Parts: sequence; structure tokens; C-alpha cells
Amino acid sequence: MTSTDQTLPEGIQAQNRTIVVDELARVEGEGALDVKVEDGVITNIKFRIVEPPRFFEALLRGRMYSDAPDVTARICGICPIAYMLGAINAMEDAFDIVPPAQIKRLRRLIYCGEWIESHVLHSAMLHAPDFLGLADAFLIAKVNPDLVKTALRLKKLGNTILEVVGGRAVHPVNLKVGGFYRTPRKADVKALEGELEWAIGASVELLEAFAGFDYPDFEQDYLCVSMRHPDEYAIQEGNLVSSRGLDIRVADFPKHFYEEHVEHSNALHGRTREGEPYLVGPIARYNNNYEQLSPYAKEMAEKVGLPRVVRNPYQSILVRMVETLYVCEEALAIVREYEEPAAPSVPVDIHAGAGAGAGVTEAPRGICWHHYSLNDAGRILNATIVPPTAQNQPQIEDDLRGVVQGNLDLDDEALKWRCEQTIRNYDPCISCATHFLKLRIDRG
Amino acid sequence: MADKPRLAVWKFSSCDGCQLSLLDCEDELLAVAGAVEIAYFLEATRTPPEGPYDISLVEGSITTPADSVRIAEIRRQSKTVISIGACATSGGFQALRNIGDYDEIVRNVYAHPEYIDALKTSTPISSRIHVDFELRGCPVNKHQLLEVVAASLAGRRPNVPNYSQCVECKRSGIVCVMVAHGTPCLGPVTQAGCGSLCTSCDRGCYGCFGPKEEANTRSLGKRISEDFGVGHRATADMFRTFNAGAEPFRREALRHDEH
Ligand code: SF4
Ligand code: SF4
Repeated sequence: MTSTDQTLPEGIQAQNRTIVVDELARVEGEGALDVKVEDGVITNIKFRIVEPPRFFEALLRGRMYSDAPDVTARICGICPIAYMLGAINAMEDAFDIVPPAQIKRLRRLIYCGEWIESHVLHSAMLHAPDFLGLADAFLIAKVNPDLVKTALRLKKLGNTILEVVGGRAVHPVNLKVGGFYRTPRKADVKALEGELEWAIGASVELLEAFAGFDYPDFEQDYLCVSMRHPDEYAIQEGNLVSSRGLDIRVADFPKHFYEEHVEHSNALHGRTREGEPYLVGPIARYNNNYEQLSPYAKEMAEKVGLPRVVRNPYQSILVRMVETLYVCEEALAIVREYEEPAAPSVPVDIHAGAGAGAGVTEAPRGICWHHYSLNDAGRILNATIVPPTAQNQPQIEDDLRGVVQGNLDLDDEALKWRCEQTIRNYDPCISCATHFLKLRIDRG
Repeated sequence: MADKPRLAVWKFSSCDGCQLSLLDCEDELLAVAGAVEIAYFLEATRTPPEGPYDISLVEGSITTPADSVRIAEIRRQSKTVISIGACATSGGFQALRNIGDYDEIVRNVYAHPEYIDALKTSTPISSRIHVDFELRGCPVNKHQLLEVVAASLAGRRPNVPNYSQCVECKRSGIVCVMVAHGTPCLGPVTQAGCGSLCTSCDRGCYGCFGPKEEANTRSLGKRISEDFGVGHRATADMFRTFNAGAEPFRREALRHDEH
């Protein structure tokens, strides 16, 4: 995306300007961006995550396998389910547990709740203001109160699902290896039905409102990595695939991808073994698994002009709403068919030689991969967690390089705004990767 | 606008779950936004920080040299400072580094420990500055959070309980999981306020609201480790979660290490 034949307005190259954004607002966590421009060409770009590391993986060592879901939930308050279920899948892999369909459906339901809550928070409250030239969602509330009210009600529904199935919206307490502590009551689950029926229309309303935004002209040829499941749009189970034909078992992730510790960031950087950046998250899922969306979600995606393969990262806000629409339909179907399972969980047999397990799920911002090795008593010897933000980090840098290069004619304030908007295409859950954005552009 | 009280929300080392609890007040959010001027809220607004503030809500623990300087500046600019959540009031899960070999912990996670600039400890906000009120929870309870903000605005003491989770179980008519099922539970030493979440899910309380006043952890620790046959190591682990740095929990876990 970096082009060297960029024609710049007179005088730009000669200018020495420094743009400083002390904090990148509306990003979950803290980060910084340094750009060096020489003769109108970006020669160096660094997106840094400077939030303090919390060392969760090291602190998990020596603890029982059963502690992993509750502990890893605390890596990120926006997507605790991603961590809980990632850890649970890995432990179930180690112990050869295959939970019954009813438990898997309940897990899908609570994950739908997390997607609704996170996608709506991200799109309507954190990202939409960028497109409207407004500083924050509270200002949209003044301009378009109905839109904000609809978004808040939808987000609340996501939280309600988390509460009904998981006991709490942030850091649910009801999930464990093998299933749930307690079976959600049928009456409580059925009570979600009416609001979910409303939610399908509400998601379309938000999707259509966002479709009217002005989308910056920018395209990337992304290497999209996501999960895939033979029977459903993958969320909580499946294997790993790429838009270039890779199709691997969850445990084989490290054979194809790795994390690099770069000096300028406390978040590790995910790359393919060939050293390439790759994309995880809504656009990657949509591009890889489009066929498995519901007919209505596909119809609405087409109606708002989303192409079959999305290459414009700013359209992630639309993809998030298409996914929100889809998970509202999914959640409604699960709620309608719900019967209380005979047992809330299947027993865990801690057997010698269980050894190790790998698990992955689709966090709202992309795949969250876990691996644990265990001793014979079920205690954790080693833990590796690869969060979505770490994986997207090099891709974010790449997008920023293209965006800054293509917009060097913008004044400092406008360029700063555009960079923030670009990062919020991802909304790096920076605290999950470790983690305050300072933007410094040295136009040498 | 000019005479509305100014509210700021600050983040230190945390998962953002506590500030999200504020954004999760969907029904009350617009009313809150109307009653105060949200002067700074990284998670929701784009305004650069500019003091002074009437109320500062602080999430997260102090884990870097830069943050120990930043918190002093926030104190200087704020009339009232309220620390929110287990990270801000006790150091969080990340406080477990305080008892380990820090260098070894860094090496386990990072290929280049020399790139990392952090403190060897994770400590609560009150370890650096005077805090006017500490709100417990991992995450905080959003109703309690609204109560604390409302009380601060009104200049009164917040109505937040300091009794144990057991009292809350009794009030909600929840059958005791220790008595009825022999499930180990931290409820007797944990401050109430979560809404009996764990016990309503048929599991023992995992202590996310931290120690209640004058918690008899010694008695409970003995009961869990010996009478319930949980053993000392697993009992120590029970006290070593999100409030591991809170003094009564820290001490009780150490006691079990000695075995
Ligand atoms: S106390 Fe818990 S919920 Fe709050 S920021 Fe810390 S880890 Fe997150
Ligand atoms: S379940 Fe736990 S918190 Fe509730 S009464 Fe029994 S010991 Fe106390």
C-alpha cells in the first residue's frame, strides 16, 4: 500500500512538523504512534503499546487447570467470554472432553451476548463519532438521540444475555471446564425472546444509519485468518483457516504463526511464519465465512453495499453490524429451542498424561488462542495466550502506513483524526495485549 | 454547563472492566452524562485531560514508574479521588508478581526483558496517594458505582455494605453452599456487594469483592484446607486471585504456604 510516487503539495517535504496526540481516545487501553517521513515517503512507522504488562501467563503457572477461565477473563473486560471459553476449550482438549450439544448451544448463546455488547459498544459509541466528526457518543446523543437510545438498548440486551447465562455482564461467574456451574432456568432464557425479536430490526436500523457515513477511500489486500466450522458461522468452535487456503487444527497454530517481541511495544506482534502481517476479526470472518451467514444478514449486507470480499478497513463498522444482526438471529433461535440440560456440566477426569491442550474462539476482535501444558495433577506448567490485538498489531501498523502516506497533504489535526479512526477500525483491546497513544510525525 | 461537577475516569494497570461497568449503566448513562460534565474518560470521549476535577474515578493498579508520577498529578488536580475495583484497591491479579521472582516472571512472558520498564510490584492507588473512598469488586457493581458517584456529588458517605457475603446470602434466601453441599466458599470473609453471584450459580464465593472488615481468614482457611480436605496449596490459591494483595488474603495464603 506504500507508494513512492505519491505527489505531494508544494512545501510538504520541506516541512518539519511534529504531531503529538497525547492519548488516543476511545481505544480500550493505551498506545502510541511514531512516524518518520523523509522526502515525502514514510521511512519508519511504529505503533507502540505502552500500557504496563500484567504477566498473566507467568502468574497462571502452578495453578489448577480450573482456575484458568476465571483468571484469564481478567485480561479484558470487554471480551471476557473470549478468554474464558478459549481457556475452557484448551482444557477440554487436554482432558478429551466433548460437551453435549446443549452445552455448546448455551456457550454459543452467551458468546452471541458478548458479540452484541462488544460490537455495539465499539461501533455506535467508540467508532461512529469518528465518521460524524464528533468527539464522543455523548455528542451524538444530542444530534441523534434515537440512534444512541437504540444502541444502548441493544448493548443492554447483550449484557442481559451475559447475565442470564453467565451470572454477570463483566467477568461472568457461571462458566467452567466441562460446562456451567448451574443450568440457566428455562423461564429466564425464554424471557429474552421478545427483546431479541426487537433486536433484529434494531441492528438493521443501526446498519442502515452507519451505511450513510462517508467512507475514506482505502483498500488493503488482507491475509484473513479466522476460525471455520463445517456447520455454522464459527464463533466458539472450529478449526483455523486463512483466505489463502490454509486449513489447520487449532493445535497447529504455532507452526504457522508466531509472536515477536519488538522493542517499541509491550504487546507482542503476531506474524505468519513467513513474516507477513495478517488480519483477524470481523472482516476476516466475514470474508472467510460469508456463505454461512444467515440469508437475511447476507441480504442486508448487500443492501448497504458491502462487497462479497471487504477490503476497506473502515467498513469494519458495517461488518460489525452485519454480525450483530446475525448473532441476534442466532441467539433468538437458541432461545426458542432451549430446554434445560439434564446436567449443567460433564465431569472432568484429571488423568495422568493429559499433557497439553489448545483452544481458540472468535473474540469480537478476532481469534484468541490459548495453549496450556499440565502436570499429572492438573496443574498448569506453562500457559500461552495469543490475543487478537497482538495478532492485528503489524496489520494496524501497515494500515497506518498506507493511510498516513496517502494523506500527507492533510493538516496535522485532520491527519491525527484519520489515524485515530484507522486504529479504531480495530479498536485494539490494548489492555488485552498488555498497555496511551502519542502520535509523533517527524516530516523530515 | 460551567457549573456542573466535573468527572474524570482514569485508567492504570487493569482490564477496563470497572470503567465498562459505568458504560454498562445503559439506562442511567444519559442521565449521568446530563448531571455531570464528563471531563475525561478515555474509553468514551476524545477530550484531552484538563483539570481540575470534582471527582476522579481511578481504575487499575500502579505498576510502572511513570504511573506512580501520573497518579500524584491526578490527586493534585482532583477534589475527590475514588479508586474503583480490585486492581485499584488491592493491586489486582497482577499483584501476584509481588510474591514471585519478578525477573523470572518477565522472562517467562517476554523474549526481551530489557524492553520492559515496569515496577517489581503492583500496588493499590492508596499505596501512593490519599484516596477518599475505595469501591471494591472485580468488577465493581454498577449500582454501587452510581451510588458512590451520587453520594460524592451530594457530599455524603456512600451507602455501601462492609458486612460479609454470608449476610447477603441469608437476606436473599440462598441456601448455604458450604452447609448444604460442602462446597468451599470465601463468603464468610468476603465483603458483600456483588449480589450473591457465585452462590446463586451453585458455586462457592471466589472473593472478587475482597476481604470484609475484620475478616477471620484463619478460621475459614483452616476449615477449607482441613475439614473440607481441600489441602493447603489449593486453599492458598483461593486467597490468591483478584484481591491477592489485600492484606488479610495475602497473609492467609502465606500461612498455607508454610505447610
Ligand atoms: S478490578 Fe477486575 S474488572 Fe476491574 S479493572 Fe481490575 S481486573 Fe478488571
Ligand atoms: S454460601 Fe458462602 S457466602 Fe453464602 S452463607 Fe454459605 S458460606 Fe456464606
